[in-house]
Amino acid sequence: MDESFDELELEIERYELREPTRFRFETDRRRFMQATGTGLMLAVAIKPRRVEAQRGTARRDEYLNERFFLAQDGTITVFTSKVEVGQGSRTQLTQAAAEELRLNVDQISLVMADTQLCPNDGGTAGSRTTPSTVPRIRAAAATLRETLINHVAKQTLSQPEQIQYAGGIFRSQDGQEMTLGQLASDQSLVDALKRTSLAEGSTVIPVADWQVLGTPVPKLTSRAVVTGAMQYPSDTVLPGMWYGKVVRPVSYGASLTSIDLDAARDMTDVVVVRDGDFIGCVAATSYEAALARDAIAASAAWNRPNHPASVDLFTHLRRNITSPGTPRKQGDFLYAWTGATKRFDASYKISYIQHAPMEPRAAVAQWNGDLVTVWTGTQQPDRVRSELIGAFQLPAESVRVIVPDTGGGFGGKHTGECAVEAARLAKAAGRPVSLRWTREEEFTWAYFRPAGVIDIRAALDSSGNLIGWEFTNYNSGGSAIESPYRIPTTVTRTAQCEYPLRQGSYRALASTANVFARESAMDELAAMAQSDPLEFRLKHLDEGRLKDVLRAAARNFDWSGAVSSRLPNRGVGIACGTEKGSFVAACAEVEVTQGEPRVLRICQAYECGAIQNPANLRLQVEGALVQGLGGALYEAVEFSKGQITTDNFSTYRVPRLRDVPELEIVLLNRTDLPSVGGSETPIIAVAPAIANAIAHASGVRSRSLPLKLA
Amino acid sequence: MKREMNLSVNGTQRSTLTQPERPLLDVLREDFHLTGTKFGCGEGECGACTVLVDGEATRSCITSIGEVEGRAIETIEGLEIDGALHRIQQAFIDQQAVQCGYCVPGHIMTALALVRNKPNCPRAEIVATMSEHICRCCNYSRILAAVEQVVG
Repeated sequence: MDESFDELELEIERYELREPTRFRFETDRRRFMQATGTGLMLAVAIKPRRVEAQRGTARRDEYLNERFFLAQDGTITVFTSKVEVGQGSRTQLTQAAAEELRLNVDQISLVMADTQLCPNDGGTAGSRTTPSTVPRIRAAAATLRETLINHVAKQTLSQPEQIQYAGGIFRSQDGQEMTLGQLASDQSLVDALKRTSLAEGSTVIPVADWQVLGTPVPKLTSRAVVTGAMQYPSDTVLPGMWYGKVVRPVSYGASLTSIDLDAARDMTDVVVVRDGDFIGCVAATSYEAALARDAIAASAAWNRPNHPASVDLFTHLRRNITSPGTPRKQGDFLYAWTGATKRFDASYKISYIQHAPMEPRAAVAQWNGDLVTVWTGTQQPDRVRSELIGAFQLPAESVRVIVPDTGGGFGGKHTGECAVEAARLAKAAGRPVSLRWTREEEFTWAYFRPAGVIDIRAALDSSGNLIGWEFTNYNSGGSAIESPYRIPTTVTRTAQCEYPLRQGSYRALASTANVFARESAMDELAAMAQSDPLEFRLKHLDEGRLKDVLRAAARNFDWSGAVSSRLPNRGVGIACGTEKGSFVAACAEVEVTQGEPRVLRICQAYECGAIQNPANLRLQVEGALVQGLGGALYEAVEFSKGQITTDNFSTYRVPRLRDVPELEIVLLNRTDLPSVGGSETPIIAVAPAIANAIAHASGVRSRSLPLKLA
Repeated sequence: MKREMNLSVNGTQRSTLTQPERPLLDVLREDFHLTGTKFGCGEGECGACTVLVDGEATRSCITSIGEVEGRAIETIEGLEIDGALHRIQQAFIDQQAVQCGYCVPGHIMTALALVRNKPNCPRAEIVATMSEHICRCCNYSRILAAVEQVVG
């Protein structure tokens, strides 16, 4: 089908954590290790049968009754394992089903991310919902539409092409009418859905005929949000539910030498659990659970190993390379470097930052005998289910994970530690338990976007052409590491290091670092070549989508006008990049007074193929841009002696309303191209555009994220 | 020590037997199951837990139940009356000021205080006031548009 997209092109693994989570429950550990060796292997071993069939747009073993439920009120329920974390998947997938079923969005309801009810469409990561899940839902819905028409044709003794269908009503040529609601109670149809697989394929509605997709459908849950009725994972309330708190180590790697579990003995109605490394408390209120936890924690003595401090971070990474990586080479870089007219050699430092979603990790767990159900906020319901299976040594069918629409993710909620902890507490308490991490726990015990060091060497010939490019990333990863510019000789390499903080996925992950370094270097190279930064980029790009967004951003920003009419202390910068199949360019104007930069305006152009929901895409592009402004100017996780010292919003500075510059967003709608996800890539151009603007304004070039002028 | 605490919540008299030191946020969520008010940081920095106490925007995560005994609390659940949204709620829908939405109830409660107390407040003051909140989806321009639909 036309929207299909080769999933094999993308390495899903690189968005995953490099290390598995480990729960060492004493009671279960021996059996656990015998069974599997490690948690990671277990996660692979017990993946449900459908996972291997994830690639491709329609799973061969999927039957319509697994994907859809027809209700007698004429609505259709669609099931998917995807989660809604604010990026708009619920609305977009509803649009996809409504489009193919020729219904309004209010005639579709979506059940998302319930491992017991939903077919496994994989986790929600890597901007895969748009290029993978939307086509899958559309293909399934188109098959359903065709199946329904065929069924009505049979019932009315007509041919399928004689059936007119619109808005849930089927009409035969002789005037017989049937509604979706009537069909819902037709047992022969229900049986037919069980037999109809998606293997045969179906015809989806072409982009030119879209009526629901491509339109700015507002977020479907807005009313629930503004009334407070929306039930996020941390809002889950069950009868008889208590609240949990967990004793955390005083620092990374700390091990207990002694603890008095009876320290909370004066408190009534508190359940204290110790299981291996895990110690937690459960009480009727989270306040009482915290009192008990604090009393026990105060009695603890810890053995604290050394841990690197953030002031030594970049030295630490350089000195602790565990794998130098394999260089990817094109042409003879050293020859170009040796013969160059001008040479550029620079290093860039990328701090750890955190997602800090507004809703911290949260889970409610309920046991029923050996069956456990956990409501939790995660982007990976199936992975969390695997973690629960592993931690409690349960058969796969005994664990159910449900993900209510969640308060933010940004790549930060791929793991299930809170779900496992809540389940352990609930098991001990013999009642449902709600566990919501504190902000300090989230900032310390979740994971971070990797820090990194990037080295660049580049060579220019006498005409100002880039003739050599060497790019090495230490620790922060390989996304978007290949330069999109036309350079005859290149060497790129991703080295792995021993890293001090638990690190994993983030919005656009390593491309935030790699594009920052590359686009900063391009600016310096343009200056060396005595070329305008825009012209220098255009000169080294072939015609195509990246060049298109670069031109669109420059045009709407009035780049040449802004350069020629620059005011004192002001500067402009430009940057562009591509990742996950979409293209972005940003122009920024800043003012620097007494060493303090202020971003005045940003114009960003973005293109991700055919736009499926322009309203939501605009929100995502703008949100990513402003979030990226935080990584550019403020955000850095600091730590010493094994403790995070920026462990709340008073010490970890994130963008606020007053920081938002004048924004212009330009969306290029390429209805001739497949749609790809638009929630990540729009974050990657803003930091280098600002860095370049600051250098232009002040003459000071910062090569670190966040940018430092002093 | 626990004692019986009385307060008005969204116009209804409520009581609970609890410790006076307990955060108002916890009492609203755990005792009254009013989960529209959210936990975000626990230090009064992000504004997700904002409620009105005698009409004043207040961070319920750093306010103890003892401090507000006998006073009138308004939460996000109290704004919709007989199915009709308050115009500040409608503004957040109209201006698409919702991404994940978790911070939105807190934003709305602070905006509600502006609507009532400073309905002609200039933009600079709206920006300063709403900057006391965090939206990690960074949907700020839409939030500002929503507040400005009703205030200023």
